[in-house]
Amino acid sequence: MIYLFDKSFEGLLSAVFDRFEYRHDVSRLLPADQAQQALFEEAHTVYSSNAKSERVWNGIQTKADAAWQRIMYCAFLSELTEVHHTLFMVLVRLFAGQVDLRNFGDAAILLLSQTAKKVEREKHRMKAFIRFEKSEDGMYFARIAPDFNVIPLIITFFKNRYADQPWIIYDQKRQYGVLYDTDQVHHIRKLPEDLSDHMLPDKPVQMDEDETLYATLWRDYFKSTNIAARKNPKLHQQHVPKRYWHLLTEKKIIWE
Amino acid sequence: MERIREKLSILADAAKYDVSCSSSGSKRKNTDKGIGDASNGICHTYTEDGRCVSLLKILLTNYCIYDCAFCVSRSSNDIKRAAFTVDEVVELTMNFYRRNYIEGLFLSSGIFKNADYTMERLLKIVKKLRTEERYNGYIHLKTIPGASEELINEAGLYVDRMSINLEMPTEEGLKKVAPEKSHEAVKRPLGIVQNKIQQFSEERKLIKHVPQFVPAGQSTQMVIGATPENDMQIMHTASAYYKNFSLKRVYYSGYIPIRMDDVLPVVQPPLMREHRLYQTDWLLRFYGFNVHELLNEKHPDLDMQVDPKLMWALRNMHCFPVDINTADFQSLLRVPGIGRQSVQKILEARKFGRLRIDQLRKLGIAYNRAQYFIVCADTPVGLGSLQEHQVRSRILSLGKSKYAPAFSTQLSLF
Repeated sequence: MIYLFDKSFEGLLSAVFDRFEYRHDVSRLLPADQAQQALFEEAHTVYSSNAKSERVWNGIQTKADAAWQRIMYCAFLSELTEVHHTLFMVLVRLFAGQVDLRNFGDAAILLLSQTAKKVEREKHRMKAFIRFEKSEDGMYFARIAPDFNVIPLIITFFKNRYADQPWIIYDQKRQYGVLYDTDQVHHIRKLPEDLSDHMLPDKPVQMDEDETLYATLWRDYFKSTNIAARKNPKLHQQHVPKRYWHLLTEKKIIWE
Repeated sequence: MERIREKLSILADAAKYDVSCSSSGSKRKNTDKGIGDASNGICHTYTEDGRCVSLLKILLTNYCIYDCAFCVSRSSNDIKRAAFTVDEVVELTMNFYRRNYIEGLFLSSGIFKNADYTMERLLKIVKKLRTEERYNGYIHLKTIPGASEELINEAGLYVDRMSINLEMPTEEGLKKVAPEKSHEAVKRPLGIVQNKIQQFSEERKLIKHVPQFVPAGQSTQMVIGATPENDMQIMHTASAYYKNFSLKRVYYSGYIPIRMDDVLPVVQPPLMREHRLYQTDWLLRFYGFNVHELLNEKHPDLDMQVDPKLMWALRNMHCFPVDINTADFQSLLRVPGIGRQSVQKILEARKFGRLRIDQLRKLGIAYNRAQYFIVCADTPVGLGSLQEHQVRSRILSLGKSKYAPAFSTQLSLF
């Protein structure tokens, strides 16, 4: 039996619920949009439900410690089909009492913890690489395009740190973001093209008058703090991978 | 705009030889909707030399009354001079911080007029950041040698870390390049701050709300390769300062010839040596090694070909092989190719059965190096009987460090 789900965390947990509800013998968990892979096997579409997923999550809390709950959630945020499948299988085994989460000799356990590690690394990078630009109305705006869906993991951090300034962090890849209005955090989503026409502001957003000054000073600082005699481009690129450059104030190419 | 750009480039350029860029170890939280916190330790970017940029590292001024041969800002050096005002530093810090460029401020200064006059200016800046701007980000302040105890103590209430540089690993070395300086002058402020930190932590046991005092501790820095000290002298000094002043870090900075000078030799920065010293430093702090085990009269210098842990293991083949499936934490920690994290994973994983080679590889240990020093469930018989030089040559011929080209002094053709 193949399970198809909607790629949401609720969906994945609901799948675990269904597996025990119907006592299916599940061979794979797949995103619904990859249903064509289920050609030769019977498929079951999982309907995400809050009630189901909440029960499963409560169950996980009794069987896995806080560290493992975090690993599972982070592994989920990787958005990788293979990892989603593995997480599903591990959860099934967890509830069947057939797995010990401390056993790193187990390939599935190792995959989850290593994937979570990758996601955490990406989360940490975003804490470092996010660059706010200040607009005329005092809003600090940052665009990101991370490999994994890490916004849920960084909200609290930015909320605590930049508590006295309004900011937006927008994920270009996934087309959603979060807005902090110095009080609460709101989720924002890009409107579909055909709906957004009349929503466009009358004039483009104006940058704060000092924005260029500080961006320039930052680029200057970045250059002058470098020690040329110790040049090590490989190490530089390892720490600041090229795929992030286009959104980094100090690395992006400026057309003047 | 042009003036501030010029100032920043002069004063950042002069400050970059201070290596410390750590922004961790403090516990300062954002209170009452202020701005920033200093409880993380984040490198916001990396320069092209591969060093992290976490703090805005600047001098208040590069005017200096001293003439230390190793320093760019020495008074006899013919360079452009500049000075920030208090407000300029505060503005820069806040605007950089609000844009998430930096984790905090690293503020140092050349000494103008006298030590106290300079220290007062520095104090003004950190005080303004904390009280007026309600800034809770990280602040690393260089203690000015010779500043009064009152000023040092007051600054300690606002900053996260204080540091003062030893400059050269030995007193004799220091006398050669900076006749006006001495290690004694460094020990005094280190001692003042250390006592105060201790006093505050004693009080904290009794009273709940004691203000923070230099919560991220103190650090220092030595220049390597400018004077002829060997690795043993360097690491013994470092070890003594770690012990006597409860330092959080000692930094080693490979000497970069700034200008021709008849006192100092002209060489490439000794990057490999610097790297090996840091590895040794880590072994002392996290791996339970004693400095005498690694560096002593018989072995006064580190091995440039192999890392210090492997160097120690090769010298002590009688301690190996250790059995992965039975050995205790301390002995596993001493195996080359196995780090602290791997030891933890091994201890957990082996509860579920005897570990095999393929599992060890997957756990992330450097098996190519470790294989000569361990036995596990399916170790082939006979590997353990190799001689020191055989192990050494096998490891060297098989493994090639991915960092090797970066540390090579050989020029590349392409």
